[in-house]
Amino acid sequence: MISVLLILIPLIAGIASFLIKGNNLHKQWAVLASLAALVVSLLGICGSSISLNYDANWIPTFGSRFSTKIDGMSQILCLLTAISYPLIFISTYKNEYKNARSFYGLMLLSQAGLMGVFVASDALLFYFFWELTLIPLYFLCSKYGGDRRIAVTFKFFVYTFVGSLLMLIGIVYLYYKTPHHSFALADFYALKLSIKEQGFIFWLFFIAFAIKMPIFPFHTWQPEAYEETSTAVTMVLSAVLVKMGLFAVIRWVVPIFPDAVTHNAPIIITLCVISMLYASLLAVKQDNFKRMIAYSSIVHMALMCASIFAMNNIALKGVMIQMFNHGINMLGLWIVADAIEQKTGTIKFSELGGLAQKAPALAILFFIMALANVALPLTNAFVGEFLMFSGLFQYNVYASSLALLSIILAAVYTLNMMQKVFYGNTLPATENTTEVKRNVQFSLAVLSIIIIVLGVYPSPLINLTKDTVLFIIGK
Amino acid sequence: MNAIIISALMGVLLMFTSIATKNKQVIKNIALVALLFLLICNIADTYNWWSIKVDTKNMFVFTKFGYFFNSIAIATTLIFVALSGNDIIKIGNYAAEYLVLMFFVLCGIAILSSFNNLLMMFLGIEIMSIPLYILTGADKKNLKSNEAALKYFLMGSFSTGILLMGIALLYGTNGSFDIQQVMPSQELIKHAPLLEVIGLVLIFSAMLFKISAAPFHFWAPDVYDGSPSVFSSFMMTIVKAAGFIALINLFFYKAESLAHLWRILLFVVIITTLVIGNITAVFQQSVKRMMAYSSIAQAGFMLFALYATNDTAKEGILFYAAAYSLATIGIFAVLARMDDYTLEGYNGLAKTQPMLAFVNAVCLLSLAGIPLTAGFFAKYYMLAAVIKTGSTVGIVLTIIGVLFAAVSAYYYFRVIQAMYFKEGNSKVDNVTPSFKYALLVLAVLVIFFGITPDTLISWFYF
Repeated sequence: MISVLLILIPLIAGIASFLIKGNNLHKQWAVLASLAALVVSLLGICGSSISLNYDANWIPTFGSRFSTKIDGMSQILCLLTAISYPLIFISTYKNEYKNARSFYGLMLLSQAGLMGVFVASDALLFYFFWELTLIPLYFLCSKYGGDRRIAVTFKFFVYTFVGSLLMLIGIVYLYYKTPHHSFALADFYALKLSIKEQGFIFWLFFIAFAIKMPIFPFHTWQPEAYEETSTAVTMVLSAVLVKMGLFAVIRWVVPIFPDAVTHNAPIIITLCVISMLYASLLAVKQDNFKRMIAYSSIVHMALMCASIFAMNNIALKGVMIQMFNHGINMLGLWIVADAIEQKTGTIKFSELGGLAQKAPALAILFFIMALANVALPLTNAFVGEFLMFSGLFQYNVYASSLALLSIILAAVYTLNMMQKVFYGNTLPATENTTEVKRNVQFSLAVLSIIIIVLGVYPSPLINLTKDTVLFIIGK
Repeated sequence: MNAIIISALMGVLLMFTSIATKNKQVIKNIALVALLFLLICNIADTYNWWSIKVDTKNMFVFTKFGYFFNSIAIATTLIFVALSGNDIIKIGNYAAEYLVLMFFVLCGIAILSSFNNLLMMFLGIEIMSIPLYILTGADKKNLKSNEAALKYFLMGSFSTGILLMGIALLYGTNGSFDIQQVMPSQELIKHAPLLEVIGLVLIFSAMLFKISAAPFHFWAPDVYDGSPSVFSSFMMTIVKAAGFIALINLFFYKAESLAHLWRILLFVVIITTLVIGNITAVFQQSVKRMMAYSSIAQAGFMLFALYATNDTAKEGILFYAAAYSLATIGIFAVLARMDDYTLEGYNGLAKTQPMLAFVNAVCLLSLAGIPLTAGFFAKYYMLAAVIKTGSTVGIVLTIIGVLFAAVSAYYYFRVIQAMYFKEGNSKVDNVTPSFKYALLVLAVLVIFFGITPDTLISWFYF
């Protein structure tokens, strides 16, 4: 039942949001609904007496069922989604949107879609939610944001749409391979595919997920989309949405095509290392806060993708906890980016400076986010990246050594940004800045606490990954 | 037999209403009741509650498949008249006649869904087409409408000639019009006389003309663009779907034996249709013309069913016909009342008419095949049918198909972008509350079939 609640709460709240009239009512409504989802998600993790999964007939003619399966990895990602939304709503509480009803409605609908993706254990249902996430986000991205948003969003949409349709072909192909024609995840796992088939269908799935992550050479939609869309939406994109790709690879690719995964791992890890170095270098050269975060996100996503294909116990554990940590860190960076943009009206490094004098609290909180982005010890990201690099090292020394360069570059661009934005002399744009509002401070403080707690004591998160890792590697 | 006889009868009776009353609204309402009656009669026939029995000497074979298609065609026509009835009667002075002609079209469709004889097929196609030539030219004072009618008529007659030639060749080699005897079996196809092969190809080409598949599509954009908007939507949806049903009736008997012959042919036809329809639609500035090209593209997708020739394909084509018709009717119902149906004309529709914009968006998403709309399952069915055949060529075909589905998303979404994200003052005439609610019902249907397609599919088990 938990899984159904996770989908239903935002879904119903989202639809209701379109009907609510009144000025600030939808903001409160959205915060309330997302907090309710958070409570349910925590209940699921703490192991309440309510059953996790649900199974019912959906389309009997196709043998498709509305069935969900929550394992440790789903728990982590549901929790990430559930934490992100209230924080997004709170940190952007003061932002005004025209037609706020539909803004909050669509945001909640996208949350329902994301939750669905993370819990679905029926391929058709999974595909359904996969696309369902995209539609509200398409409208959100096109409606709110910079001048070039419509074209940029459309690029994003077409990219992912092509990917998903290719995946649909793969799903249908597997469907006809199952003995009783079903879409159930368990039946897909039981399939014995020939190596040739695996090699072919693997790519149909993987391209869809690679576009979502995104890794080189499918990444071109991402920096532009992050830059142009409204920050609240960007937070959804970078903190949660991109995790769909990684999650789907672990759940829907690795166990179904084991031979293809081992066979193609060198190619994919190479692509990942290329995108890590390439994106790191680009991040160093950026003069734009948002674009820099976007490229730094590509680096981290590529590292996670490479670690999945290293296919060992440590790396996989690292990926799963890093999915959560990366979401938290991205959220923090974007909240800061939004706060700076709201305060000064610019996000160009060359026009910013000396913010630490004007907004000391923001500077301190941002410092923690920045350290987490570099994966310094005692921050959450260190644990994940350490596990991933040691896993990758076991797989291939050269690949991991090259990938390690990205950590050095991460320190270069993150600290460089820190210095340019917060220290030095104030510039005209930052002259009259004041401290950020309480709601922003609050959400950043929550994130900082999560960062430090998980950096010092990561074992609750690691424990959650155990069952999934055991299943994947055991197989 | 009910649908064939009663639709013709209704048509004749309805003609007299124009003598009885001059009030066009009354005529429209009578037509709606008549359509409802026709639908009930057809359903009664489907479940053997009541049916008119005529000894057709095996010229007709009535199957559940045919009945269901009749129901879908009649039901969508009913929705179509309910939505756009006021636009139909506004076109000219002869409101009753336009509606009557639609009944005759339905009669032709009913014949096409159940013929077992080449002569009957020919009759069905002609009964369906001739009223359409008139409807295309219904807007007598509009030059474009006249041009479209003439073009359609000339090209249509030409294709009829080809069809007859093909039938004659088949008759010449087999001495029969009966489909089961005419279609060659596996062993025979290798030794079939050249004339028979030519005959089959000629019939096939003539049918491709009717469904506007490339390379016989050249009439379609001009005709759909030129004819009054309401009738273009009727022609693009129900009539085109009937063409597919005729093709399926014709070629499914010996599907297995013919498969290897025509799959090569179909592969080429499908790809050219997809390329021409989709790529040309991208460059259109008028939404109406874009829809004309998109209808060619959709025909390319429907041809997947013919390529696959299995049960999934049969089910799928019915679902596709329903989903595609609903969506297109919805879009055209709004388009017919737009002041300006270029893309700019749609700018800002979401502000001026939020309800219409919403329905339009749902219909466009359905045409693009996005989940949660009926169109997704329509596309799903077509892909599934082809993948089920298990051939590698089939999978290559589906991959090409989905790439073009992504292209189609481009032009459908351009309309959504215009409606929702562009500033403008889009104007729609005569938006009455009843029209709005009828549209909303349509959108709800599209979404409903998109969430639980079973409600529609579970009927199809024949």
